[in-house]
Amino acid sequence: MRITVEHLTKRFGSVLANNRLTISFAAGQIHGVLGENGAGKSTLMKLLSGYMQPDEGQILFDGVPSRLCGLADALKAGVGMVHQEPLDVPAFSVLENLLCAAPRGVFSSRRAAQTALLELAERLGFAVDPAARLDQLTIGQRQQIEIMRLLLCGAQVLILDEPTTGITAAQTRALFAALRQIAAEGRTILFVSHKLEEVAELCDTVTVLRNGEVVPPGQLPMPQPQEYLLALMFGDAGASSAVYRPLPAITAPPVWELRQVTVRSGSLQIHDLNHTFAAGRIIGLAGLDGSGQQVLLRLLAGQITPERGQVLVNGRDLTGAGSLAFRQAGIEYLPADRLHDGMIGAFSLTDHFALLQRNGMIVDRRSAEELARQAIADYQIKATPITPIAALSGGNQQRAMLALVPPNARGILAEQPTRGLDVASARAIWGRLQARRDAGCCVVFASPDLDEIMEYSDEVIVCFAGRIGPPMPRALLSSGRLAELIGGVGFEALVEAV
Amino acid sequence: MKRSTLITQATRPLLALLAAFAFTTLALLSTGVSPLDAYRLVLFGAFSTPVRLSDMIMLAAPLLLCAVGLSITFAGGLYNLGVEGQMIMGAIAAMVPLRLWPDVSPPLLWLLAALCGMAGGAFWAGLIGLLRRYAGVSEIFAGLGMNFLASGIAMYMVLGPWRRQTSASLSGTDLLPRELWWPTIDRLRLAPAAPVIALLALAVVWWALTKTRWGLEVRAVGLNPAAAGRLGVAAARRMLETLAACGALAGLAGMVQVVAVHHALIPNISSGIGLLGLLVALLARADPRWLLPVTIAFAAFTVGSIQLPLTLGIDSAIAGVLQGALVLFALATRVRKDTQAARG
Repeated sequence: MRITVEHLTKRFGSVLANNRLTISFAAGQIHGVLGENGAGKSTLMKLLSGYMQPDEGQILFDGVPSRLCGLADALKAGVGMVHQEPLDVPAFSVLENLLCAAPRGVFSSRRAAQTALLELAERLGFAVDPAARLDQLTIGQRQQIEIMRLLLCGAQVLILDEPTTGITAAQTRALFAALRQIAAEGRTILFVSHKLEEVAELCDTVTVLRNGEVVPPGQLPMPQPQEYLLALMFGDAGASSAVYRPLPAITAPPVWELRQVTVRSGSLQIHDLNHTFAAGRIIGLAGLDGSGQQVLLRLLAGQITPERGQVLVNGRDLTGAGSLAFRQAGIEYLPADRLHDGMIGAFSLTDHFALLQRNGMIVDRRSAEELARQAIADYQIKATPITPIAALSGGNQQRAMLALVPPNARGILAEQPTRGLDVASARAIWGRLQARRDAGCCVVFASPDLDEIMEYSDEVIVCFAGRIGPPMPRALLSSGRLAELIGGVGFEALVEAV
Repeated sequence: MKRSTLITQATRPLLALLAAFAFTTLALLSTGVSPLDAYRLVLFGAFSTPVRLSDMIMLAAPLLLCAVGLSITFAGGLYNLGVEGQMIMGAIAAMVPLRLWPDVSPPLLWLLAALCGMAGGAFWAGLIGLLRRYAGVSEIFAGLGMNFLASGIAMYMVLGPWRRQTSASLSGTDLLPRELWWPTIDRLRLAPAAPVIALLALAVVWWALTKTRWGLEVRAVGLNPAAAGRLGVAAARRMLETLAACGALAGLAGMVQVVAVHHALIPNISSGIGLLGLLVALLARADPRWLLPVTIAFAAFTVGSIQLPLTLGIDSAIAGVLQGALVLFALATRVRKDTQAARG
């Protein structure tokens, strides 16, 4: 089935997420859709899959205009969307999921459904056990089942949103083989990604979105030179690379000092921690998920009180004083989940700046709006001062959160500061954090991405199973050694050497 | 499409209105009376004579006080179902100075009674806040429980320490001395001070919620307490303050009931006004611009329907049906709007 969109427009407030898009996706091909975060990829896919309705323009299937009201409606029209997080019932078996998600009349019986599933799995080269419970399967296997479900329900168009996130290399190979088979059978596949190698390997055409528009207008046949695609995606921003600056000598007193701290959070206990965190440094916390990085960050933010020991901020004992006192001492905590506990989704940047005003009983809207304007210009946030934060893309939300850090902050605690951001946005965020470091801030961040730790840290602290290693200068560390330490290899020796 | 959203924005409340009236009409038809006659009384009865108009205003004043208070807790993300109990405690607290020092000059005594009433309501609401913060009790259940406790205390006061000199009676304490009643216009029951205070409260709260930093912080806490806390707002304290502010206004409403309506403490001093205030706040979506018109409409329905048993021989509860149906259908159409907005 050929999909055509004509003058498709979607606005969020005054932000144009999709600006008069006109593209055609031919049947029997795999079409790559590239773009940085906030370029409008997700919006386009949500419009095509019926999750949202366009403000203007229309969607045509094989030349017939259609209006989709919801995911089920879209599937009836032949469009199936595979989400990043599978939409299924984890406690059900594979077959039960297929049966309860299928529209009435698709399968005449359980047996018929099982036969159809096994046949399809064989054709696509997936291994599947119809009786297995979904919560015992990996994300990759659940994705395979979701693809098969959509095909069995009659999908002629498959939309995959970042499908290779969180699945193994073998599963990626199996997925690509299956997608080629599905396309060869005459179906249309839209492959949304920001991984250029994958698009180059798999896709017949590519569509690049930037700022809600197709650049250059229309599709490009693959292959294309990688530099050209990068330039299309990021404009000139993608070309500049991060600059290393020599570290200044530290004269300022340490931002945090931990004295024999013992802290417990859930089943994790950190014993007898003695650390100082110097001003003017970026300190990366490396470790597998749940090894103690989060506990350490929350301890430094004053959100958890140690069972024993002292936490000093700027030389003042703030043990057990609560997160508000830490904040007043200049400590800023940037959570990974920006909308859950970072910012207020319904509030605009102006509202947020007004909230940060600390004097006067009446809100000074004008000065707050002035600050918001300044922040938008300084941090290149794609928003107006009155756009609700929830309407911004992830990268813009992250910039907004950074812009809200008061200029006199002494310590910044960032949990996965570039989670879900593309390369250009991540670089912009890091440029800001480095500027804060140079201004005398201590930045402590946790990241599951070792490359990020290696690229931006001045010092690295490895967390392993609730034990916090000593700070190591980044210059003395190699990626291989860091990977070993995270896995616990040589961690004992490192701790004992100090 | 901008135009169609404009149309739906206008049609949704209209749709809710139509549905509510259709529903109420069905209820009326089932009793066999002419719906038109009934509606004439319910909708316009309150405006037919000066007496009824003044009754309507005297109901609207405490109702507005409660609804205004609730708009604060709604902004703070709390469901203060304890407003009824806070009104009762306000009335009891207001009675204390009125009974202790009846010889003090009335204006001073009224001021004292108002302060006591507000303190009583705020204290009762503050207990809910403390239960929520330190014992993890939802403010909804804490409020409901405290309502029972408050009406128990009122009953005890009426039958016990403050019982009538002749004999203890469920109909209330002895009436206050005449000079302590709020002055009324002519022989009507309209005490102008009551609506004036209620309107003043509306203006102050509207100003506080939209213009002050306190109001901004309250709204931030209501939308996302965790994020507000991260941005330096004392979230737990703001929640306590919103409850106390609502309780103070409900307590003031209780005081008005004592000095301007019943002139005594009666067991049923709150008369369901607090709960009706919840409906008003829900329908007005705690939007200060809508609080006054909705309050007047609801008070008019209630007063207008009082004549139903006399003229048409049906129960006055039909006003409650109309009020409830309005809120229900308004919420139903809003949910649709919200889910669509969430998708978009």
